[in-house]
Amino acid sequence: MNELVWIFISALLVNNFVLAYFLGLCPFLGVSGRLDTAFRLGLATLFVMLITAFCAWLLNTYVLIYAPYLRLISFIVVIASTVQFIEMVIKRVSPGLFRALGIFLPLITTNCAILGLAIFATNKGYGLAEGMIYALGAGLGFTLALVLMAGLREEAELAPVPRLLRGTAINLIIAGILSMAFMGFAGLFSAA
Amino acid sequence: MPKTQPDAYQEFFKGLWRENPVFAQVLGMCPMLAVTNSAVNGMAMGLATFFVLVASSLLVALLKRWIPRQVRISSFIIIIATFVTVTDYSLQALVPAIHKELGAFIPLIVANCLILGRQEAFASRQPARLALMDALGMATGFLFALVALGSVREILGEGALFGVDLFGPNFEPWVIMILPPGGFLTLGLLLLFFSWLAERRQKLAERLAEMEVEGS
Repeated sequence: MNELVWIFISALLVNNFVLAYFLGLCPFLGVSGRLDTAFRLGLATLFVMLITAFCAWLLNTYVLIYAPYLRLISFIVVIASTVQFIEMVIKRVSPGLFRALGIFLPLITTNCAILGLAIFATNKGYGLAEGMIYALGAGLGFTLALVLMAGLREEAELAPVPRLLRGTAINLIIAGILSMAFMGFAGLFSAA
Repeated sequence: MPKTQPDAYQEFFKGLWRENPVFAQVLGMCPMLAVTNSAVNGMAMGLATFFVLVASSLLVALLKRWIPRQVRISSFIIIIATFVTVTDYSLQALVPAIHKELGAFIPLIVANCLILGRQEAFASRQPARLALMDALGMATGFLFALVALGSVREILGEGALFGVDLFGPNFEPWVIMILPPGGFLTLGLLLLFFSWLAERRQKLAERLAEMEVEGS
């Protein structure tokens, strides 16, 4: 039980997917302009991550022991079909959210955070419970980073940023400072 | 995209500078920032991406007649994933040390938006020869960007370049640069530098145009 808590905290804060592993940067920089969109995209990603973790576990346990070289291709296919499925559900249930997410919903397919999750969980040899907790932590961590970034960017809109720095450059520097702040969480582990 | 018959050389050179995938389009950052804590790692990642991008662009351009439009994205991804698997296994066999260093980021080349973007925007619409030139240019530009970023971070963070010590024992390494935050900061500052260069060149061009108007 204790180990599961540590896996969760590690994925959520210490090894945050965006700020420590640089995964999922495209939506991180693309969608973090507005707070509510960022939050919803984070939740959609979390949902895809949970399903992916489950499917990756199924594949790893029952299929890929016979053909390990198919790992990458089968993961990608699973992720792509999950995203397609979620896209159909959201379109039916909440057209407003569907329009708000726009192009970034299909782009979850090429979101490296999700593929990264499946690959890291496999490399670490996680079982089903560990994998699901890992996905939960990583997804919440992604949402947290996205929401924090969106909040900071809404503030930065009003700040007198030099003209040349506007756009991606200032966002990257903000992300760098945020990432530095998150490094402080590494102390949690040495304390334990 | 020029309206006239696109020139093969032009397709090659646009990727190097004007449409550089990293500095101008800010694409493919996920695998890039994570592995560029030294120039060697940046170069290894750049070469792996180079192979995948060129091979899949060529294959997509050759196969485009037989790929139905509805499933084109999935087909591209499967082609890319195949070449990435080839790269992953080859690196593991040939240079295990580097493979260990790059770790899980080699399989993540699949999710590099730059590669899929080139297939969708270029390789699936143009003849194979142009697609090859375009892929070569973009891949070289990406390699250049990775080595540049890796070098800056290694020089500042370890006082070395390609593992060769530069400043002697008195240099105090700036450790944050090889840690994750350094990746964000370095890329942010490099982008600033490039937009400054672009603006300077634009001003120069405007001044030249003014002088020509006055002269005539």
